[in-house]
Amino acid sequence: MAERFPSSEPVSGDSRQGDYRHSRVVGASVPRREDPRLLAGRGRFVDDIALPGMLHAQFVRSSEAFAEIVSVDLSEVRAVPGVVAAYAAADLDLRDITALLDRPAHEFVPTAMPVLARDTVRYVGEPIAIVVATDPYAAEDGVEAAVVEYAPREPVVSDLGALAEGAPLVHPEAPRNTLVDVSLFATEGIDALFEAAHTVVEVHTKTGRQNALPLETRGVVADWDDRDEQLRVQTCTQVPHQVRTVLAACVGLAEKQVRVTVPDMGGGFGQKCVVGREEIVAAAAALRLRRPVKWIEDRRDALTAAFLAREQRYAVRAAFSETGEILALDADVVCDMGAYSCYPFTAGIEPLMASAEMPSVYTVPAYRVRGRAVTTNKAPTAPYRGVSRPQYVMVMERVMEKAARALGLDPLEVRRRNLITVFPYTGVNAITYDPGSYRESLDLCEQTLRDEGWFDRRSDGVIGIGFACFSERTGYGSGAFAQRRMQVVPGFDLSEIRMDLDGTVSVTTGTLSHGQSHETTMAQIVADRLGIPYDRVKIVQGDTDRITYGWGSFASRSITIGGSAVAAASVKLGDQLREIAAHLLGGDPAAAVLEDGGVRLEDGRLSFPEIADVAYLRSHLLPKGVGPGLAATASFDVAGDGTFSNATHGVVVELDPGTGGVEILRYVCVEDCGVAIHPQVVEGQARGGIAQGIAGALFEVVRYDDAGQPLAPSFMEYKVPTAAEIPDVRIEHLETPCAFTENGAKGAGEGGTIGAPAAVLNAINDALRHTGVELDDTPIPREAIFRALEAS
Amino acid sequence: MKPAAFEYHRARTPAGAVGLLTELGDDAKIIAGGQSLVAMMNFRLARPEHLVDITHVDSLRGIAVSEGEIRIGALTTHREVEKAGLGVLSAAMRWVGHLPIRTRGTVGGSIAHADATAEWCLLAVLFDARIVVEGPSGVREIRASEFFLGPFTTALGPDELITALVFPSPPPRAALTEYADRRGDFALVAAAVDLDADRVVLGGVGAVPTLVSGKWCSGTTYRARAAAAAGSLELRDEPGISAHYRRGLVRTLVERAYEEAANG
Repeated sequence: MAERFPSSEPVSGDSRQGDYRHSRVVGASVPRREDPRLLAGRGRFVDDIALPGMLHAQFVRSSEAFAEIVSVDLSEVRAVPGVVAAYAAADLDLRDITALLDRPAHEFVPTAMPVLARDTVRYVGEPIAIVVATDPYAAEDGVEAAVVEYAPREPVVSDLGALAEGAPLVHPEAPRNTLVDVSLFATEGIDALFEAAHTVVEVHTKTGRQNALPLETRGVVADWDDRDEQLRVQTCTQVPHQVRTVLAACVGLAEKQVRVTVPDMGGGFGQKCVVGREEIVAAAAALRLRRPVKWIEDRRDALTAAFLAREQRYAVRAAFSETGEILALDADVVCDMGAYSCYPFTAGIEPLMASAEMPSVYTVPAYRVRGRAVTTNKAPTAPYRGVSRPQYVMVMERVMEKAARALGLDPLEVRRRNLITVFPYTGVNAITYDPGSYRESLDLCEQTLRDEGWFDRRSDGVIGIGFACFSERTGYGSGAFAQRRMQVVPGFDLSEIRMDLDGTVSVTTGTLSHGQSHETTMAQIVADRLGIPYDRVKIVQGDTDRITYGWGSFASRSITIGGSAVAAASVKLGDQLREIAAHLLGGDPAAAVLEDGGVRLEDGRLSFPEIADVAYLRSHLLPKGVGPGLAATASFDVAGDGTFSNATHGVVVELDPGTGGVEILRYVCVEDCGVAIHPQVVEGQARGGIAQGIAGALFEVVRYDDAGQPLAPSFMEYKVPTAAEIPDVRIEHLETPCAFTENGAKGAGEGGTIGAPAAVLNAINDALRHTGVELDDTPIPREAIFRALEAS
Repeated sequence: MKPAAFEYHRARTPAGAVGLLTELGDDAKIIAGGQSLVAMMNFRLARPEHLVDITHVDSLRGIAVSEGEIRIGALTTHREVEKAGLGVLSAAMRWVGHLPIRTRGTVGGSIAHADATAEWCLLAVLFDARIVVEGPSGVREIRASEFFLGPFTTALGPDELITALVFPSPPPRAALTEYADRRGDFALVAAAVDLDADRVVLGGVGAVPTLVSGKWCSGTTYRARAAAAAGSLELRDEPGISAHYRRGLVRTLVERAYEEAANG
């Protein structure tokens, strides 16, 4: 099924899915369209934007984790030199943000997130008031002058604390601080399977709270335009239309009175795929003041008050036969979602993902899961690259390792006995997995490390080797999100394409690049469909005025769904071109071929500019029934369960018994994302994702003290790894084309992050094998490694 | 993360800087490389009303090696020392932050900041360097053993300026090593060893660089000396790091520092 192709080399289009015949650019690592401006420092990010008369905003934020607000006094703030205005919740009267699931009350409790805290603050850093000044320094001076009187309450600072009998309630409407509580699947007879099983292994794990940490922090420039009667909002978001919808509702404008545009972005990783509060308040201030207002989140706020993710606790049992086949899986997942439900995903984002997809790449015949989201007095959470998959993959890979140990089998052999190998495969979780190279990727990953000699170098207490097998569900269509019972259901994408007089093309996409190179990859797709060079294609993205409602970029949906819509629109435009050319040359449109910037028929050839000349300037020559212009619209959605990329990661670590230190000596990633539109971009996604996965396994954690104060307000405490901690990664590609995306492509945005924690953890545990100690929590404390080795 | 307002002053001579400090009083701070001070100002943890910029005082720059001593001007950067071939002093610089930090951060600034795990503070105590300071009443020298009083607290007067550090020359057989989970971070534990004098200085085990010596008989193994050094410390459990682990790090790092000093 899978086919290997060399890294970063163009491949012929012969094996491609779909009907296009001119595959020249798709599959080639062509120069990126974005590079000339970005590499020369001529990109335009939010903070590069300066408008005449622009003011600068900062926020008065809660110093308390949980308190009633007794009073907010901004009079001193307004007296600070340079401060133009200061508004608290009562001054702006903005509507709350509420994200909803269509689930019964025992499964989901809706909670509102006020745009500015009104009566209660629920985490340190929660915005209470905005200060607008002539420069950012004066804005901070103003923030210091605010006087907020609190009546502190006992905060809830852990998942177990939230669930404890008699715990204070973060939201009075949510008993036991539980926002989501679902019990799913519960295969009949599962308890009997556990009782009769030869071996039952357990995994108990807790993963650290993390920050997605885009290099570019959040930010916005908003101003009111009298001519367009529009609030213009330039902001770094992954979801411009959702920002428009919520912002319009919050401030009381019509959707057409809000234009959200997105300039260059320095990453999002999910943190920017929810609607934040500060951009709405800044826009409301701009509307009130009729002056441009800029807010750039500083790093301290980004580390303490932005959306976080990943703090989860698993209690999992798995039953195995004597020969290592998994028989049943029983899981309890608790996700600490912090103070509020994010829009549009809700606090269900993590537990619903984990519950639905935990069986991972294995044939699990019986499954039962309880997934909960609890609310605590910590900064709220948003999706973060991988969403729960780094966690449940870690759990499943630990399950395989523990089963192998218990049964005295080779852990890779146990995996092989359980990997899904017959596709399509419909799991006990009611998800249908499309073809992938699960087994092949494991074989190749193992062989690669073997060939490099690492298995000979493995030694107790020093060098360990770990693996992680996983898939990555991508291309979530409206069907998949509807299954989650979101009330706002993302999924489809819509693309409008136009050819201009000179034969150049502009095409819209409802997705949006925040670093993924869509200006290049989407253009490659169009180029092959129309038979033109990819630099003749302009991608229009991130502008709510120019693009019909789109869902932005998250969940590895851009190429699978957005790219498919772009391809479909290109095909429609191609059909128009062929019809007009056939009419003008005399011939059958069905026999017309798009190539080399024109249409070829048996009796001649017309270039695209020649056809465009007729379509626009001499439309009386068009065939009957064909309107003027060259434009088309198409949409795409995934009706089923999406398409699954897959990979195996193999990691070699070296431990330092004297310090507990960990060094990653080798990292091999064998990935399969179907047809790679641009292999180098895929590799970049894998490498960046792996770095974030390693960060979660070994370095990053947001801790809070007992009073709910965040303990990592700077990069001294929040240990994002640097280039010195991240190894070179060898990437091998396999290709199992997707049968139902227009390009045969599967998503590739999250895999690196998903596999790395499990592989790193397994490698460390392999090196510790002789000690009997197993480490299952992340980030792994070096002291635990030190103690394990010291005791041996 | 914007600093509170301050007034900027530029000094051209050490005496000029001291004059400004005297005139401006307690609310004035010297700024050189700014690698610690600017971050603290951005967090508004430090809010000096006056900054006295000494980066234009050329006489504070440079390294002079003469009979018996190495004199390092306070404005000399870590990177300049790293490239100067000064034995342990140069070798230890690889532990100071990252290259950009080493390129801007200064020797005098590091000593004045007095972080208990800072490499310069450990080296100064290890060799009991003389810290040359200039004040309103002239120049004086303070031994490193009497300079560090507590966390971020020194014997430097508010109107005094560090002008140079004087180390014994040539540097004896010595080494500095440390451990942090992430490269470039301040050490969890740092150990500096002077093999000839059999002196060990530790960072990360107290409020100031901690000298441990004379606790062992000469002739014992490095491992035994490291164990003795570790055993001599009074440590407490702290969040995220137990006394046991810290003691273990001391044992490991002292032994490694001895080995590095012996083997180069």
